[in-house]
Amino acid sequence: MTVGQIASAQAGTLESNDIFIRMTAAPDGKGGSIAVESIVMQQFGDDILQTIKDCLAAAGLDGVDIHANDRGALKCTIVARMEAVAARYKEARR
Amino acid sequence: MKAFRTMLFMPGNNPGMLASADSLGADSVILDIEDAVAKSEKDAARILVRHSLTDLRPQGVMCVVRINGLETPFWRDDVAAAVAGRADVVLLPKCERPDDLREISACIDAASGGGDGIRLMALVESSRGIENVSAIAASGGRLAGMLLGAEDLTAEMGARRTPEGAEIAYARGRMLMACKACGIAAVDTPFPFVTDMEGLAKDAACAAQFGFSGKALISPHHVHAVKEAFMPTEAQIAWAARVMDTAKAAERDGKGAVSLDGMMIDLPIIKRAERILQMAE
Repeated sequence: MTVGQIASAQAGTLESNDIFIRMTAAPDGKGGSIAVESIVMQQFGDDILQTIKDCLAAAGLDGVDIHANDRGALKCTIVARMEAVAARYKEARR
Repeated sequence: MKAFRTMLFMPGNNPGMLASADSLGADSVILDIEDAVAKSEKDAARILVRHSLTDLRPQGVMCVVRINGLETPFWRDDVAAAVAGRADVVLLPKCERPDDLREISACIDAASGGGDGIRLMALVESSRGIENVSAIAASGGRLAGMLLGAEDLTAEMGARRTPEGAEIAYARGRMLMACKACGIAAVDTPFPFVTDMEGLAKDAACAAQFGFSGKALISPHHVHAVKEAFMPTEAQIAWAARVMDTAKAAERDGKGAVSLDGMMIDLPIIKRAERILQMAE
């Protein structure tokens, strides 16, 4: 990665039962944010958010912005996509 | 052996399909990380497959993972995912020699520490693979069966693929005999003409008649027809039950040879009856 480039990665799709996740370095390198859109936001929005937070912690990542577009993914799919995007993000950051 | 009757391919990077694995009626599902997944998505697919095996494991369905071939840089990571998810079977594509299976088996041993119970299947889909099929079938170890891959094979042969399948008759027969000689499952190639249900029924009936253990499928819509083709008829089941009753009575009475409806009941007949009853269960 060259100076001035912002590390970013994505995983998943917008197909039914999947979740599309984009991860980028937070502009100030600290804090970070999580934005979730979901077709089941009202019922499961809090669960999706918590799953994403748990996955970030498990991956040892902070200082990243997450944008997730959920199309009704099961929890294990969210975890799998988070694991994939985190690995890709770490690779991009190198 | 019934687990090999209907083996349904599912794209390894499609969460919707993986989640429906236990509702499609197949005896086995083949979670595919090879042809069904783009190179750029291999990493995500193997992670998804691992989580699906762990968290969404279909009950009563054998879970097979088709890894990428030994000629790719992906297969070791694929094996690691299959082992971590405790797949029942690892399916090796483009298998051409016994050493291919030994390499995969060693990789499974290294990833699992041994005692994992994971079996292997060889997908034979090249002329070299067909020529070496006896040696592959006899390689023992984890090998549970072989699957014929007719699409790659006929493409390599320059043969025209037809619903009737005359172009694969030799490959079918040769693979079947090799498997039977070694007591492993022989699974027939998928029927590629997805909407030709009449052709599918004939193709599956042919595979069942030949003595294949089952058939691989590329569409969930094929499950019912293939199951039906491999299901013995009521007359066959009734005959098999009478054979077994006759054989048991003969054993009880200390008779060496008996007959039923004018037919001598000997070991091959009893084995056939047992297989029919097993398939009917």
